[in-house]
Amino acid sequence: MSRKRTVRWTVCFIVLVLLTGLFFVLELAAGSAKLSAAEVIDVLTGSSNDRTAQIIVKDIRLPRALAAALLGGGLSVSGFLLQSFFNNPIAGPYVLGISSGAKLTVALSMMLTMKYGILMNSAEMVGAAFVGSMLSMGAILLLSGRVKNMAQLIIAGVMIGYICSALTELTVTFADDANIVNLHNWSMGSFSGISTDNVKVIAVIVLTASAAAFMLSKPMSAYQLGEVYAKNMGVNIRFFRLLLILLSSILSACVTAFAGPVSFVGIAVPHLVKTAFGTAKPIVIIPASFIGGAAFCLFCDLIARLLFAPFEISISTITAVFGAPVVIAAMLSRRSQKGSV
Amino acid sequence: MSGIIINSKELTVGYGKKVVVSGLEFEVHSGEILTIIGPNGAGKSTILKTIAAQIPFISGRVDLNGTDLSVMSAQDIAKTLSVCFTERITAEKMTCEDVVSTGRYPYTGRLGILTEKDKNIVREAMELTGITHLADTDIRFISDGQRQAVMLARAIAQQPQVLILDEPTSFLDINNKLRLLGILKELVRSRNITVVQTLHELDLAQRFSDKILCIKGNRADRFGGPEEIFSGDYISSLYDITKGTFEPMYGMAEAQRITGEPEVFVIGGGGRGIPVYRRLQRQGIPFAAGIIHENDIEYPIAKALAADLIAEKAFEPISEKNITHALEVMKRCDRVICCLEDFGTMNKGNSKLFEEYRKSRRE
Repeated sequence: MSRKRTVRWTVCFIVLVLLTGLFFVLELAAGSAKLSAAEVIDVLTGSSNDRTAQIIVKDIRLPRALAAALLGGGLSVSGFLLQSFFNNPIAGPYVLGISSGAKLTVALSMMLTMKYGILMNSAEMVGAAFVGSMLSMGAILLLSGRVKNMAQLIIAGVMIGYICSALTELTVTFADDANIVNLHNWSMGSFSGISTDNVKVIAVIVLTASAAAFMLSKPMSAYQLGEVYAKNMGVNIRFFRLLLILLSSILSACVTAFAGPVSFVGIAVPHLVKTAFGTAKPIVIIPASFIGGAAFCLFCDLIARLLFAPFEISISTITAVFGAPVVIAAMLSRRSQKGSV
Repeated sequence: MSGIIINSKELTVGYGKKVVVSGLEFEVHSGEILTIIGPNGAGKSTILKTIAAQIPFISGRVDLNGTDLSVMSAQDIAKTLSVCFTERITAEKMTCEDVVSTGRYPYTGRLGILTEKDKNIVREAMELTGITHLADTDIRFISDGQRQAVMLARAIAQQPQVLILDEPTSFLDINNKLRLLGILKELVRSRNITVVQTLHELDLAQRFSDKILCIKGNRADRFGGPEEIFSGDYISSLYDITKGTFEPMYGMAEAQRITGEPEVFVIGGGGRGIPVYRRLQRQGIPFAAGIIHENDIEYPIAKALAADLIAEKAFEPISEKNITHALEVMKRCDRVICCLEDFGTMNKGNSKLFEEYRKSRRE
């Protein structure tokens, strides 16, 4: 069996990587200015003389594709960490209101800084988002001590999300006309307008946090059996839980800071990956979720860009269309296996 | 037997500042099974959690292998002591082998990857508890008995010196109860492990324990071998049994006696009377039983259930005095049931009793 498993996992990993590669190239090639794969490769290898193609690929599409891949991966890992923390497959940064908390603090800080004519840099955006994430997370943790039922916790998270979104809308209403368009686009979720400098910050944060999450896969696998057993195996529960919270918040904060709230990826991708791999072993699922999240977000971004081109749809619209049914499936599969959500 | 593994002095356990059990003094050697018994809510699980270092103790001292438990590192504790609790495992997509493999946690490296040696230990543990065929089955889809065997295999794979089990036999059928306790016994014998467990089944506690710790009313009430604990009325008083009786020698419970003027006289002996006593008890009919020798197999049951019992001393022929007494009691009964077909030498008195009864019927 362990052989069969290894084969299955290898095949799944190869498929995920190929899909990511495919969507990545499509993301670079497709759009209002169509480029062939050959042209894209020429630009990337520096052998192209086409100035327009260079600008389109290097300054617009490449940062966007990289951002979609990195943020998608980070978001999925963040979701998987939260699912481990709450021992619930339908926990995720979006449904628990953590993304919305980040959205609110980012909107507020943008508003305030714009008033004084200052533009926040990438790190400051992430910082603001992190504060918001932690605030929502704190609220959820307080509530989780009170509610025994996971369904109630999810509802509480959704409500926190609504409150934060409402406050964000309120903030946007009072924004200057010039800012509204920007802020509004961002608060709907989009990978557009991400610069190469942004991508560098994203890469550092997302890759570091995801690698750290990967290093936690051993205690996570013990924690899957429950706190009692994890403790018996020598896991420092408090420290471990704190790390889970911090890492998942950093990851979802980073996503929200640059792309706004992106819905359901954090639940849908880990669920699909767990189903495909037939396991929930963190050491497999964390990297698989990362690659799967990258593929999923590249795919969704392609649709967001191309479906009604030249008009763009918000990324959350697309991720919701594909992600929400998976979330429902995840919920149902859990219900059918005795025991409630 | 070798050295002391767990030693507690004036130990007080509880949650935060709330004392659950105090005055715990006991010691367990390697190769021994310690069973904690006592009424519901007495704090048995709290003691287990404390010994397993899941919760800190309030005061006193508990040593594991001669080292103060409160100063041991989580890693050292994990290598010395493993637990098997009744909490349901809800982990998704974990095979039984995955679950057992987590037992290797304290021995694996940073990423928890199993070596060939680890895999062998996991396989061995699964063989020992008889779950090899379940290796690839999802942990959520197996029976209670199987799950308990998986969790035990997990605990064994941790290669502990001490195995801590909270009500390992609850929810299991009798076959699985005996199987599980048999495995524990085998582990204790072959690997010189120490087992600390709680049990609700007193009969099993009596048969499978080397030491028994009794908890009652927030105190450690008694600590000793099963022969000391299961004697006299101690168990009845430990559990405050009022609606029935507990027979310590057989480790057997009987329903509450129907008191009142006997309506039926049962001539029993050799165990033949037992089903009759129990039927009359169920039907709520007070009855008298006799004449039973004190060493008869059914004596404890007759004693527990009969409204009136005429008994004879062990190994003595039935005395005239007892026969006369029995006849008097019998006369007041509406019915007589004789469970015996033939009467042995020592039991001649009962044959006389039966003759008298038949004579009186004819008159």
